[in-house]
Amino acid sequence: MTEISAMVATRHDITRTMVEDFLYQEAALLDEWRLEEWLLLLSEDIIYEIPIIGMEQSSSDQTLFLLADDAQRLRGRVKQLMGTATWAESPRSRTRRMISNVRVRDAVRDELNVSANFAVYRIPQQSWRTEDGSNQTECFVGAYHYKLRSGETGLRIARRTVVLDVDVIRPHGKISIIL
Amino acid sequence: MRLENLIIDDEERGVFRVRRRAFTDPEILQLERERIFEASWIYTGHESEIPSAGDYVCRRVAGRSLILVRSSDNVVRAFLNSCPHRGAAVCAAGSGNAKNFTCPYHGWGFANTGQLVAVPSQDDYPRSFQRADFSLRQTARCQLYRGFIFVNLDATITSLEQYLGGAKEYLDLLCDQSEAGLEMVSGHHLYSIRANWKLLAENTMESYHTPVAHKRYMGYMADRGVARKAMKRKGFGEILGQGHIAMGSAPPLGGKPIAYWSPLFPAQKKAEMQAVQQRLADKFGPEKAARMSQMSRNILVFPNLIILDLMAICVRTWFPVAPDYMEVSTWCLAPRDEDSTTRALRIDSFMSFFGPTGFATPDDVEILESCQHGYRNKEIEWSDLSKGLHKDKPTNADEAHLRGFWRQWHRLLTRSRDS
Ligand code: FES
Ligand SMILES: [Fe+2]
Repeated sequence: MTEISAMVATRHDITRTMVEDFLYQEAALLDEWRLEEWLLLLSEDIIYEIPIIGMEQSSSDQTLFLLADDAQRLRGRVKQLMGTATWAESPRSRTRRMISNVRVRDAVRDELNVSANFAVYRIPQQSWRTEDGSNQTECFVGAYHYKLRSGETGLRIARRTVVLDVDVIRPHGKISIIL
Repeated sequence: MRLENLIIDDEERGVFRVRRRAFTDPEILQLERERIFEASWIYTGHESEIPSAGDYVCRRVAGRSLILVRSSDNVVRAFLNSCPHRGAAVCAAGSGNAKNFTCPYHGWGFANTGQLVAVPSQDDYPRSFQRADFSLRQTARCQLYRGFIFVNLDATITSLEQYLGGAKEYLDLLCDQSEAGLEMVSGHHLYSIRANWKLLAENTMESYHTPVAHKRYMGYMADRGVARKAMKRKGFGEILGQGHIAMGSAPPLGGKPIAYWSPLFPAQKKAEMQAVQQRLADKFGPEKAARMSQMSRNILVFPNLIILDLMAICVRTWFPVAPDYMEVSTWCLAPRDEDSTTRALRIDSFMSFFGPTGFATPDDVEILESCQHGYRNKEIEWSDLSKGLHKDKPTNADEAHLRGFWRQWHRLLTRSRDS
């Protein structure tokens, strides 16, 4: 039996379309700044991380990542983003997430490993940035690697690894949104 | 070009101002390149990044592409990454280990000591052709201080040790934190700011923006159980000479993985950190130990190296690309002999504050970009830096040390190169 058919045998109830629906729903929550609702999609042992390219295999315990949040840090991040003191997101930027090439890589028991390509556009809204009409649209391109867990209440995100295709955040200068 | 009216430095009237043209004028940037970046010791890397013979990293430094190598003879050298033949880059990887660098254009081969060792069809060259004339070009000088590697594009300036002068003591305070020495954690944060490079020097070496610009970090800390009163700190600002400056304060905001526990750290780390504090006190005496472990400190080695010894040690260097655009690189420095849980804590602590996703840096980036944008309003000609000008003992919340940076900048910019 191949790996794929084993997967189908164990997870016949979760199709790629269901996974896509889930990812699109997540992207909509992020684009609409419904971040508290987005938190509900995460499992309590969530790891949200952005490794530096070429170092995806190492761990943020030993290697400096661009980001490595656990649930507590992530709740703090969301609280600050939804507040008024995150100057980089005040006023909030508009974002548009494109997700494609969704693949269910494997599924073991209740967990699925899913990969997808993304392009996240960010258009800042500070008046001094928008007033002169210069195009400051930023784009982040890369791949998502999710570990999804299926439970009674549907799918939850246990790991969310964002691998950017650049290791220099230039000319963006910062990643002030949830990618 | 008129350079004399860039700064008003008048202690008697209590005025210190910088003309905003200093942040916007391309001619000034050109002069800065010649008179500052090409005439100073510039930080390039840390010894621990190239521990074994043959190890190299590529770095862009002062507009040059450098290969920083530990050669087979164990000497650290900085080569210009351009073939002496016709210019191609001899090294395309960002880092690695190599005995030789072979140019991809016509195949000239260079030993990692720089010597030209292979020239295909050398017989075709005239007799006057000497391989020795075509070694990989090095920067004028490359020297180390306690593991920090600096290069210099002008062989006529003072030695690195003399150049560092008063900054050495501060580098020592950092390096003495571990008997085993310090090492760069693998990984880096490479980002940019659409602002003039000097704005980052001002921003990083000034602490009174913290409660305002970093309200988000303070809010995050408060939610994690740090008492608001612990965020109020007292400290100093110091001019170390030759443009180098320092500031420090206590207690350390957000803790210090070396030996100052904060509620941001796991509870079980508390006793461990107290033991380290005691060990440092036994070794260096209580005063120096307190400076090392119970104070945060920022030092700026003129013109563009800042080491932040805060909730983690951040090494930051940056270069102007245009008057309104700089490229910033940062690394996380740590004691070599640190146990794995403290190391993990340190990296976590670093990411919580610094870098493109931290709870502080992105807000600085945003604000500096808006300052730079603001300079389009040419009617406002001056920026003020007079805080603490009347004080005998200025603090970290004053700008005396920043004025030290600006005075050196002005001195170098207005002197003629051959005097
Ligand atoms: S340019 Fe390098 S060998 Fe010709
Ligand atoms: Fe800051």
